[in-house]
Amino acid sequence: MTEQSGTIAPRAASTGGTPVVLSLTDAELRRGERVLWSGLDLELRRGEFVAVLGPNGSGKTSLLHAVLGQVPLSAGTLLIDGRPPRRGGDLIGYIPQQRAVAPHTPLRARDLVRLGVDGHRWGLPLGGRGLRRRIDDLLTEVGAHEYADMPLGLLSGGEQQRVRIAQALATDPALLLCDEPLLSLDPHHQHAIVDLLDRRRRTRDTAVLFVTHELNPVLPLVDRVLYLAGGRFRVGTPDEVMTSAVLSDLYGGPVEVVRAHGRYLIAGAPIPHHADPAGGVQS
Amino acid sequence: MSTGIWHQIFNYDDYGQLLALVANSIIAAAVLGVVGGLISTFVMMRDLAFAVHGIAELSFAGAAAALLLGVNVVAGSLAGSILAAAVIGAMGVRVRDRNSAIGVLMPFGLGLGVLFLSLYKGRAANKFGLLTGQIVAVDTPQTAWLIGVSVVVLLALAVVWRPLTFASLDPDVAAARGVPVRALSPVFTLVLGLAVATTIQIVGALLVLALVVTPAAAATRVTASPRLIPLLSVLFAVTSVVGGILIALGSSIPISPYVTTIAFVIYLACRAVGAVRARTGWSRRRATPVAGLVRP
Repeated sequence: MTEQSGTIAPRAASTGGTPVVLSLTDAELRRGERVLWSGLDLELRRGEFVAVLGPNGSGKTSLLHAVLGQVPLSAGTLLIDGRPPRRGGDLIGYIPQQRAVAPHTPLRARDLVRLGVDGHRWGLPLGGRGLRRRIDDLLTEVGAHEYADMPLGLLSGGEQQRVRIAQALATDPALLLCDEPLLSLDPHHQHAIVDLLDRRRRTRDTAVLFVTHELNPVLPLVDRVLYLAGGRFRVGTPDEVMTSAVLSDLYGGPVEVVRAHGRYLIAGAPIPHHADPAGGVQS
Repeated sequence: MSTGIWHQIFNYDDYGQLLALVANSIIAAAVLGVVGGLISTFVMMRDLAFAVHGIAELSFAGAAAALLLGVNVVAGSLAGSILAAAVIGAMGVRVRDRNSAIGVLMPFGLGLGVLFLSLYKGRAANKFGLLTGQIVAVDTPQTAWLIGVSVVVLLALAVVWRPLTFASLDPDVAAARGVPVRALSPVFTLVLGLAVATTIQIVGALLVLALVVTPAAAATRVTASPRLIPLLSVLFAVTSVVGGILIALGSSIPISPYVTTIAFVIYLACRAVGAVRARTGWSRRRATPVAGLVRP
């Protein structure tokens, strides 16, 4: 990351005033016998950007599923805007892990966005001029208007991610859940996606919960880090969490963290969670 | 010499009279074309072509059993289809599980069907028709059945259209948006079962794919628009099945070769158009709104 934190900088999350979008209190999630994490306390305020890090299988994606109301917590409470999570609420936008789109998938960019607008309703997709304008606006907002009518399968990974963001923003959510949105993107496109998310957060105060293997591309935006490993976790600013002492403790083994040129370099973690973007499939 | 064979195969001397005789069949075929065209768009989205084949074989077994027992063939066919849909729905959501389940089910269904047919002492044309299609067998009470079931299928599709599209193409986000992704899967398999059971009556168990897979497979080659695909798909299916009947009328050959050939030719044409379009149209992006450029 060549930019200094002057261009994109974390919004200092003010503790008072700003409304809490997501709050987890003493939360625990189990998968069968295994405890993914427990005792988790986390508050996410409007406009805040929290990166969720951790090795494969540490429960990062499961955390998103819990927030989406798809898996119940095994203990503790989870509140979205002060209410228990419910499936399909308009408060949350979701960018799932990227899947390959088959070349003849009957979807154009605008159709994917439309699914986010009214795909969950029963009945036939009738729609009118107003709907079309709304979809155009969403696509324009993420700079994807140029290829609005292109089949999704013919778009590049970076272009598909832009369209995904437009889809996730369709309900004007207060909280954006991103599951590895930078995976398999080159640095140029990573930067573009990060910029989009940052702009959204600044202009609309959208909170972002960002699951990632790689902290560095989003580091300039990150207010706090939630690091999950081995059934335990640590929450704090990047400088607080990304230290040799904290990570060695979480992993239960020697981990070396070096901060250089605005990046964290990690050596010795049992699982290569900082490897190249193609490294590893998430559970 | 060759004209002799041609005359044996094609004989349009009494075409007008024949047409009047099979008016019901043509109406039923057109309705089935609409059903097949629409359902095939979801079969493509959900990658269920193999399931269609599996359902068709059990549906055939059901129809053969009905023929043997002397009860309503459409009802037998429906029973077989629903059974197959239930088994496939229960066997697994994952493609790999599902496909092996279907692979096991299919020969069993076909074997049962052959058993029932060999026990059946009635008209041979009835037996053959179940496998390769027929038009004469569609008499008025059967037509009413076919149209009735087709209306049920069309209504069901109209209700679930949007969430089913969402769940089929983008299941993760659909689930996040509250679409009952899991519940929709058996619902669709059931609707598909009904559609297959009715289609078999016209084109036969072996060739159902020509009406329930080929039309949308062709349409997705030329467009990605979710509005155009079902329209084209219906157009292709109706053309195949009604066209097939109209040609088959003056012919001694069963209807299915005509239906499948028309469907196949349409598919080839769409592939060709798609290939050309991929090289020129689709790769050329819509220009950014600059002066002088007309946008659609």
